[in-house]
Amino acid sequence: MAKVSMIVNGNPVAKNIDPRTLLVQFLREELRLTGTHVGCDTSQCGACVVHLDGKAVKACTTLAVMADGHEVKTIEGLAADGAPLHPMQEAFREHHGLQCGFCTPGMIMTAIDIVHRKGHDLEDHVIREELEGNLCRCTGYQNIVASIAAGAKAMENSDLA
Amino acid sequence: MYEFKYHRPSTVRQAANLLAKHEDAKLIAGGHTLVPVMKQRLAAPSDIIDLSHIEGVDGIEIKGRSLVIGALAKHADVASSPTVAEAIPALAELAGLIGDPAVRHKGTIGGSLANNDPTADYPAAVMALGATIVTNKRKLKPEEFFQGLFTTALESDEIITKVSFPLPKKAAYQKFRNQASRYALVGVFVARLPSGVRVTVTGAGQDGVFRVEAFEEALKKRFLPKALDGIDVSPDGLNSDLHGSAEYRAHLIGVLAKRAVDAANNRA
Ligand SMILES: Cc1cc2nc3c(=O)[nH]c(=O)nc-3n(C[C@H](O)[C@H](O)[C@H](O)COP(=O)(O)OP(=O)(O)OC[C@H]3O[C@@H](n4cnc5c(N)ncnc54)[C@H](O)[C@@H]3O)c2cc1C
Ligand code: FES
Ligand code: FES
Repeated sequence: MAKVSMIVNGNPVAKNIDPRTLLVQFLREELRLTGTHVGCDTSQCGACVVHLDGKAVKACTTLAVMADGHEVKTIEGLAADGAPLHPMQEAFREHHGLQCGFCTPGMIMTAIDIVHRKGHDLEDHVIREELEGNLCRCTGYQNIVASIAAGAKAMENSDLA
Repeated sequence: MYEFKYHRPSTVRQAANLLAKHEDAKLIAGGHTLVPVMKQRLAAPSDIIDLSHIEGVDGIEIKGRSLVIGALAKHADVASSPTVAEAIPALAELAGLIGDPAVRHKGTIGGSLANNDPTADYPAAVMALGATIVTNKRKLKPEEFFQGLFTTALESDEIITKVSFPLPKKAAYQKFRNQASRYALVGVFVARLPSGVRVTVTGAGQDGVFRVEAFEEALKKRFLPKALDGIDVSPDGLNSDLHGSAEYRAHLIGVLAKRAVDAANNRA
């Protein structure tokens, strides 16, 4: 067993876990934060993307012990229960950026990472290139791209990062 | 994944001691090669030694006439570093073409080189630029370091600490990506160095990265795409799979080499 402690969505958590535990398992099974999904389990699809110290990473390819002492943010950490949605979440709702919703948490965490790195004015081709690690099997991407462009703009005037 | 014991050293020396002490131990840096391999149960290390908490081995700096990159520097750090962009822009571009953004946030240059995947990008740059791979024990030249498919000169308790790239006069990298995995189907790195010209190929060779001497000779005389006209690369020893035949890869090497020379010349 290995002791891990980290800050998840602003809250300190500490657990004893088998060192084999993947970060995505830790989040879903130990912390019951089931918004982070497992699609491929082979680092291809991006359904498991969370932020580790503010950067998008694939939680299915990260050992939970490697996040010890670090900060993790999941889709649940974007907006508090009952509070207004994060502008990127709102943009996905407004622009129909999802159908079944399975890929959506990973898409949104990736989208926010893109904004952090590339700013608020995102051209479509930039968004499409940056989405190369996220797969959606429903939408055809058109609306995801439109959602991210709108969400990126909306984030400029929001307190939520 | 099989069970293992987890260790978190805070210095390279501690990590090396742990490696020496546990026979079936493995280092982990970004984990983006090792974790998938362990998930598939293709590796069963008894002990995992996590390098990611060791400080001071992820720096990027200019030292004299070289660009020195710490082994734990992430692909994303190399891709976005103003120091790299100014010293060897081709290297920043190469790093930016590895996998996808989330992969680049975790994978490290040291892990990539130690793994020596025949389709990985960094080996092409390291060999073309004549970089030196520095470990806790010695300094290695690319020709000694890369020893074929997933094989390097690293000994069982040896750890890469940094890579030192001499600054080229001109350089460029051109990659034809496998659309599914984003690894190189073929990647060609062309470098014009004070000592001559080097052209390396990744993704195509059955034994991993290699140099194309016929191209080097021709480009030494005239550093122009035209200089490569009529020089064919033999498909012998090249990979053939469902993504492309050996002949197709041989053809791509010529096409990408010309594009790389063009890109290097157009970079002022
Ligand atoms: C979806 C996906 C797409 C990818 N696409 C590409 C691509 O297009 N091009 C490309 O080049 N790569 C690609 N990669 C590989 C990626 O770049 C890996 O991160 C990298 O090859 C390994 O680096 P790491 O730091 O993650 O190493 P790890 O997985 O932690 O380690 C890999 C191996 O190196 C050893 N090791 C690690 N660090 C050291 C060190 N300092 N000294 C000695 N040994 C060490 C480990 O023991 C292990 O055997 C891709 C990976 C994924 C998951
Ligand atoms: S589940 Fe992690 S990338 Fe698909
Ligand atoms: S909305 Fe269904 S997978 Fe993307």
